[in-house]
Amino acid sequence: MSFQLELSDLPDLVRGAALLGTGGGGDPTIGRTLVAHALRRRGDDGEPATITVLDPDELTEDDFVIPTAMMGAPSVLVERLPSGDEPAAALAALEARLGRRATATMPIECGGINSTIPLLVAAQRGLPVVDADGMGRAFPELQMETFAVYGVNGSPLAMADERGSTAVVDAGADNRRMEWMARGLAVRLGGVAYIAEYAMDGPTVQRTAIPRTLSLALRLGATLREARETHREPTAALREALADTLYRHGEVLFTGKVVDVERHTTEGFTRGAARVQAFDSDAVCRITFQNEFLVATVDDRVVALVPDLITVLHLETGEPITSETLRYGHRVTVFAIATPELMRTPEALATFGPAAFGLDEEFVPVEQIEKPQVTVLS
Amino acid sequence: MRIGIDVGGTNTDAVLLDGQLVLADTKAATTQDVTSGIVDALDALQRRRAFDPAAVTAVMVGTTHFINAIVEADRLAPTAALRLGLPATRGVPPLVDWPDPLLKAARAQPYLCHGGHEFDGRLIAPLHHDELRRAAEDMAVRGIRSVGITSVFSPVNAELEREAAATLTEVLPHLHVSLSHEIGRMGLLERENATIVNACLRELADHVCRGLTQTLREFGLTAPLYLSQNDGTLMDIDHARRYPVATFASGPTNSMRGAAFLSGLETCAVVDVGGTTSDVGIVAGGFPREATAEVSVSGVRTNFRMPDVLSVGIGGGSRIRERDGEVTVGPDSVGYRLREQALVFGGDTVTATDLAVAGGLAEVGDPAPVRSLDRRVVRAGLELMATEVAGLVERMRTSPAPLPVVLVGGGSILLPDRLPGAESVHRPDHFAVANAIGAAIAQVGGEVDRIFAVEPGRRDAVLDSAKQEATDRVVAAGAAPHSVQIVEVDEVPIAYLPGNATRIRVRAVGDLVLDTAGDR
Repeated sequence: MSFQLELSDLPDLVRGAALLGTGGGGDPTIGRTLVAHALRRRGDDGEPATITVLDPDELTEDDFVIPTAMMGAPSVLVERLPSGDEPAAALAALEARLGRRATATMPIECGGINSTIPLLVAAQRGLPVVDADGMGRAFPELQMETFAVYGVNGSPLAMADERGSTAVVDAGADNRRMEWMARGLAVRLGGVAYIAEYAMDGPTVQRTAIPRTLSLALRLGATLREARETHREPTAALREALADTLYRHGEVLFTGKVVDVERHTTEGFTRGAARVQAFDSDAVCRITFQNEFLVATVDDRVVALVPDLITVLHLETGEPITSETLRYGHRVTVFAIATPELMRTPEALATFGPAAFGLDEEFVPVEQIEKPQVTVLS
Repeated sequence: MRIGIDVGGTNTDAVLLDGQLVLADTKAATTQDVTSGIVDALDALQRRRAFDPAAVTAVMVGTTHFINAIVEADRLAPTAALRLGLPATRGVPPLVDWPDPLLKAARAQPYLCHGGHEFDGRLIAPLHHDELRRAAEDMAVRGIRSVGITSVFSPVNAELEREAAATLTEVLPHLHVSLSHEIGRMGLLERENATIVNACLRELADHVCRGLTQTLREFGLTAPLYLSQNDGTLMDIDHARRYPVATFASGPTNSMRGAAFLSGLETCAVVDVGGTTSDVGIVAGGFPREATAEVSVSGVRTNFRMPDVLSVGIGGGSRIRERDGEVTVGPDSVGYRLREQALVFGGDTVTATDLAVAGGLAEVGDPAPVRSLDRRVVRAGLELMATEVAGLVERMRTSPAPLPVVLVGGGSILLPDRLPGAESVHRPDHFAVANAIGAAIAQVGGEVDRIFAVEPGRRDAVLDSAKQEATDRVVAAGAAPHSVQIVEVDEVPIAYLPGNATRIRVRAVGDLVLDTAGDR
């Protein structure tokens, strides 16, 4: 069902987006601030504007959807804040190239700041946003899209920076090459850039997108807030909320204190690893990341891996922590969420399974991995 | 001998310690000027136990004065927030999301200027000195006296913040300057907010620190003067004058560390009951548990390390009301006017303290006026307070096992010797002055902050040696070796320097050895 997204929905939305961002996707609170200001600016009589969120089932052949997003290193985003005009400029550049105006925008991923970039564009341009995305979570690279898996070309892609410069990348049907070219440009622009790509009509959205992930983020964010307000154990509340969604399953992998975070900004990504030490034993959980958390091991045994979602939550509050804010001393719960079936098919795993990240491990669904006894926190 | 002083919103407490031994303690009312309250407290201490001021080796002061100034949006300097980042960053300008009362109180004015670095050391834009001079002239017109300067990626390269400061002070020689790379870490908005908060407090800090120094000198105390920092360590008075924001969390830190020290418990819940609120925190392994969620001070998002504290509006001065048979406690309080307005002090307001006296929990003032209170109201009010505080302890607890609870603060007389869900309830000697004791048993800190070459495969070894160096510094500064803990490790790759250059910051803290002989 379509609905109006209001200013007061943003805190829940970004909390849920941080969860689905599985450590990456960029600090969603920056996105929240940008959207909040755009809504206040566009409102009348002190009443902030709202954004129409379209259910994908309501799209028609006449709809022309152009997703908008940020790409780059989350660790750069938290310092080098945007001017706020870049994503709409990228959209305008792609519209000019295609000779056609968008009737709606959409997230390419339902995590981190990229849940909010289309909202910013929507607020600035008065466009609706489609309640769907192409990752069902966040991934670090632009070809890692269900859109791409099921036959949509990312090209042409338009990019914009805060100086008003734009570029169009067209690699035809080769989405990997599109990613590679765009990444090179993003590094030149300081490690973060804003893009419009994967233009498609309504039926294509219905065929290739993960549906209703904006409303899911909203709901999971509300779940975490309500758990805190009622002093409920946050992961129990999350498991319950996930049960009747496409994601079905969530589980606690580990609890402990962060004792090491290694982090580098390279090639337009934030890469590294974190180590979490159990409270009451010598067990160590290691989580590697490329923007997003990719693999979690406990004492060198894999307990969850991409494309299943690995999240790190503040132990007491359940608030999700992103890879660029994780730091020594944080007390955390490592929580995994099963990815939807649409993202576990052989062709999907070829695009964003472990091998796509150069990992040797075969993908095994998180709910099927035998795990060491979860450490009970002391 | 050392003197610990806690300047709270209501009371100024002082303690005299010899090693681990508390020789005397005292409580006086906090005064608007801070210093006369301290003089009162020191006079009272002298009366309790005469001491030679020249024999005092250190004076340690913990104060909530600076954070209160922000919370109350009072006593703030007219402040500018200057960011170097154009043409980037303008979508989220400085002071965005700051609450209106604070913006008004600080007459806060944002300036967005060109500058800032990329992550790899390139410039986003060079400084435009004309633009900075125009900003300074505008500040002059607006009567701004303090500025917080924040440049994009200044933790990687701080030169633009220093250069901009030089240009501004050419135009405004008396401008107080706070630079973000000295105050915060990566994360532009949070670092910028902390820097602006610091700038708002710079004049007040000058004033208070000068007053403190002078007051103590006039009292004959020539020993070095220190202020408590957020992590329980000390800073000298000159540092405090420039970085008042570093005192923000010292109140709860001191109270929790004082409670752990007095009770001898390494792991416990601490309930600090003041005149207006009860604050609950957790001490685990001797250290206050840190807040992990987004820390906002009066609505301003920051990334300070703060102890995790929950508060409820129950204190010694809380007003008691009854309506339709329902008894309520607080959240409003008579505050520092308790000694005029409470029934037991001859006033006509029913306060939580009156209930404690009527219920036989405490002997304070004159019990006669409270004998006429309705017994049912007394019982219901006291039960409500115990239940609410026990509920807070319950919320803070993260393990299934019940925790021992330590009650401190002058208002803790409101609470019974048993709390639902508590393993045990402790009310140690000197419980009313736990904050001042926390200040006096301050920890010592040691920090390593410099650029290391991290060769491939050598990261663990480099980090280990940085941690060892920080540990050695803490021990050299007088900490008991077994008490030293690493509290912070921060790595920032410096991409524009060759050889995997990385700025590594490691901070360790430990307990000061408190035997008399080790006293310096």
